Amino acid sequence: MPVERLPGRHDGRATSDVEEEVRRGVLLTTLDRAVSWARKQSMWPVTFGLACCAIEMMATGAGDYDLSRWGMELFRASPRQADLMIVAGRVSQKMAPVLRTVYDQMPEPKWVISMGVCASAGGMFTNYAIVQGVDTIVPVDVYVPGCPPKPEMLMYGILRLHEKVRTRGRVR
Amino acid sequence: MSARREDRGTVSGGFGATLKGLATVFRQVFRADVTEEYPRRIQPPPPRSHIGRHRLNRHEDGLEKCIGCELCAFACPADAIWVVGADNDPEHPVSPGERYAKDYQINYLRCIMCGMCVEACPTRALTLTSAYEMSFLTREDAILTKDQLLEPPAPLGTAPGTEEG
Repeated sequence: MPVERLPGRHDGRATSDVEEEVRRGVLLTTLDRAVSWARKQSMWPVTFGLACCAIEMMATGAGDYDLSRWGMELFRASPRQADLMIVAGRVSQKMAPVLRTVYDQMPEPKWVISMGVCASAGGMFTNYAIVQGVDTIVPVDVYVPGCPPKPEMLMYGILRLHEKVRTRGRVR
Repeated sequence: MSARREDRGTVSGGFGATLKGLATVFRQVFRADVTEEYPRRIQPPPPRSHIGRHRLNRHEDGLEKCIGCELCAFACPADAIWVVGADNDPEHPVSPGERYAKDYQINYLRCIMCGMCVEACPTRALTLTSAYEMSFLTREDAILTKDQLLEPPAPLGTAPGTEEG
């Protein structure tokens, strides 16, 4: 059972918190924190561009915005080598089983960013052809709004995910 | 690599081409960076840009400009806006006129920031801002209520998470 890590509460600053940490095991909490830090350092996203959001995702990975500042420029073609899935674009009903297969092929631990309103909730495509939210297929960690999101918006979503990974240890 | 065809096989020709390539790479060291270092240095968005969330405006005397007419909700192509209008209390009016918006919500996982709601608004109550620093951990967080929309958006670079960088 992963420990819920609240920022400020479990930093071990207050005396009572230190005692609680000691009871839980100093070595293991520190190791847990180190593992979370390592996991956030270099997340490799799987190449999963579906529509116009993928153009912004490519722009984010390219030199102007440069995702390699966080070690994330490597969009893996194989889901077996990736640990982050950026669902960029609207997911059609036909694409849904493919998306689930790609997600299942990724090794644990894995995270999902739903980029853009179409992937997050269907966006303006309120119709039968588009899945109304990719979280009906895979568990989503961070939703990024925008149509399409600016590269800064995607980077902000990535930073939120980093914070989540760092502070909460194992997400699932 | 501009070694001539007859030079390619020779040691001197190949070596010269390699040096030339290394010189090209080395020259880039002295060039200025083009990368936008987003969380550390934030490029100010261009004037009149509307790439962020909405804001509900107020009159100078503090009354809300929104009159609850729901024209924005009708104009929205993504069906992201929810308005419930109600009659103003004449003693304590929320907005000038007869009606005001009792409830006002925008779902930012539907909104495509096209600005058609702003065009439709007869009182200029609704405008788009450049506060693009939004991301949500749950779907419920994405629905901004009237209180949140009436607040001016936080300046760029102050949202939680940007200190990570």
